[in-house]
Amino acid sequence: MMQPASDTATVPLEPQGRSFGWHTVLAKPEYYLAPAFLVLLLVVWEGSVHAFGVPDYILPPPTKIAVSLFAGIKSGLFLHHFLVTAFQALCGFALASVLGIGIGALVAQFWIVEKTVYPYLVALQTLPKIAIAPLIIIWAGYGIQSKVVIAALVSFFPVLVNTIVGLKTCDQGKLDLMRSLRATRWETFRMVKLPNALPFVFAGLNIALIFSILGSIVGEFVGSKSGLGNLILEANFQFNIAQVFAILVILGVFGVSLNLIIQAFQRRLVFWSRGADLHTV
Amino acid sequence: MPSNVLSFPVAEKFAGAPANANTAAAALIQLDGVSKTFRTTSGGTVKALDQVNLTIGSSEFVSVVGPSGCGKTTLLRIIAGLEGDHGGTFRLAGETVTGPSRDIGIVFQDATLLPWRTVLNNVLLPAQVLRLESASALATARRLLELVGLKGFEDKYPHELSGGMRQRVSIARALVHDPAVLLMDEPFGALDALTRETMGLELLKIWDTARKTVFLITHSITEAVFLSDRVIVLSPRPGRILADVPIALPRPRNLDMLSDETFGTFTRRIRRVLDASAAPPA
Repeated sequence: MMQPASDTATVPLEPQGRSFGWHTVLAKPEYYLAPAFLVLLLVVWEGSVHAFGVPDYILPPPTKIAVSLFAGIKSGLFLHHFLVTAFQALCGFALASVLGIGIGALVAQFWIVEKTVYPYLVALQTLPKIAIAPLIIIWAGYGIQSKVVIAALVSFFPVLVNTIVGLKTCDQGKLDLMRSLRATRWETFRMVKLPNALPFVFAGLNIALIFSILGSIVGEFVGSKSGLGNLILEANFQFNIAQVFAILVILGVFGVSLNLIIQAFQRRLVFWSRGADLHTV
Repeated sequence: MPSNVLSFPVAEKFAGAPANANTAAAALIQLDGVSKTFRTTSGGTVKALDQVNLTIGSSEFVSVVGPSGCGKTTLLRIIAGLEGDHGGTFRLAGETVTGPSRDIGIVFQDATLLPWRTVLNNVLLPAQVLRLESASALATARRLLELVGLKGFEDKYPHELSGGMRQRVSIARALVHDPAVLLMDEPFGALDALTRETMGLELLKIWDTARKTVFLITHSITEAVFLSDRVIVLSPRPGRILADVPIALPRPRNLDMLSDETFGTFTRRIRRVLDASAAPPA
């Protein structure tokens, strides 16, 4: 009767290869529990909106949101505005990444830069960046440029701070090793410090990516001619709440997709630190 | 290799003062009155090493034992050229040393491998930094990996290896630029007892093949006696040399010697010196 536990434990639970059988699905409850929960939520939402007679301009039922979503996609309205917002967010993100990593490296590598500039960077970080948005609209206009600047401004700090922390938390043994080989400052930076900081940098980029969408949308709220944020305001004024929700769905899908993309990059580039994805500072 | 030809028993070797003088002819490492004082953050000073005189000959295997915080690592770092600003002089092959030298290879307490480099590329790191000719460096790296028993693991990453294997990689890395001296700072401290014994034997095999001067820091008296030609005993802080014990056990050494009576006399003598220094004044 008493079998050693290891005998049964070594039987592979998942079939060999990547076949997607019922065993795999049943072994991962999140594959059916999470979608089932969503369906339940939508059904309850739909039911209560009809049962209590909630007007569409307060809370439209999911079916009307779906109709609005497909109409907007079919007419090309959403695509146009989506491209504007996505372009602004990604440009802002790219700008923030380059500046954040570059300035972060300068601060971490040269004490004189740290002592002169870093206090101001910290002070600037505590400032709510959105408060500067109206100013930036004045300086950079109602077009795409101002939104790029706002998106970059909002997403710059997570990259900067994580880069600095990553470059500074290098284990002394590795630095001693490089020193014992009389490596130059640049060699130590390139061969040890920078790769060592990558998990942290990616944590910063993860946050920055989400912040860049936020910056782009808020920038559009403050002043714009197009973009999904602009469209949300417009729909809001017209009490077209179904469309507001439809746009939120698009923004949600966009955010999740970007997150998945950057995590795929991270897994490939920082393959040695699995499970370190959740560094946040 | 004078110690190899020494025969048992060599009781008279015990009696003498520190055996510095007799190796002076082939001195590779020579420390004269080396002291080191650290400044603490609170503004005070801590003396880590006090007037250390030590001469180590070419291809000698020397171990240092001593209580925690006695300055063993500081001593190693001075020889590594990582600890500038010390008192006294340190000469390597007759020349006064002020910074890191390429004649030194270091094995750190934890393997300090770069996790984003393969085993082979980790071993090649010193060759790369020192700009050695890449084809011959590659051949050397492969040969060293074979010597440390890691043939076939060249393309693995450090996170795929066990602790012992990682330390073997770091030994290969320390030897790739063919330094004259191998410094080892408690290299097996993080390993389990069985792996530790195996690694000790492997290290002797490597030492026998590569004929480097080895300067090893360890907590284990048994390990020190088993591996070394000489064991240096340091006092509690500030570290001074209390004894310099020549270990006249025949080579090649094997694990049977651990239960040998002569082996016991060496470990007992070292332990007595350490205990005496730790005892509070009567």
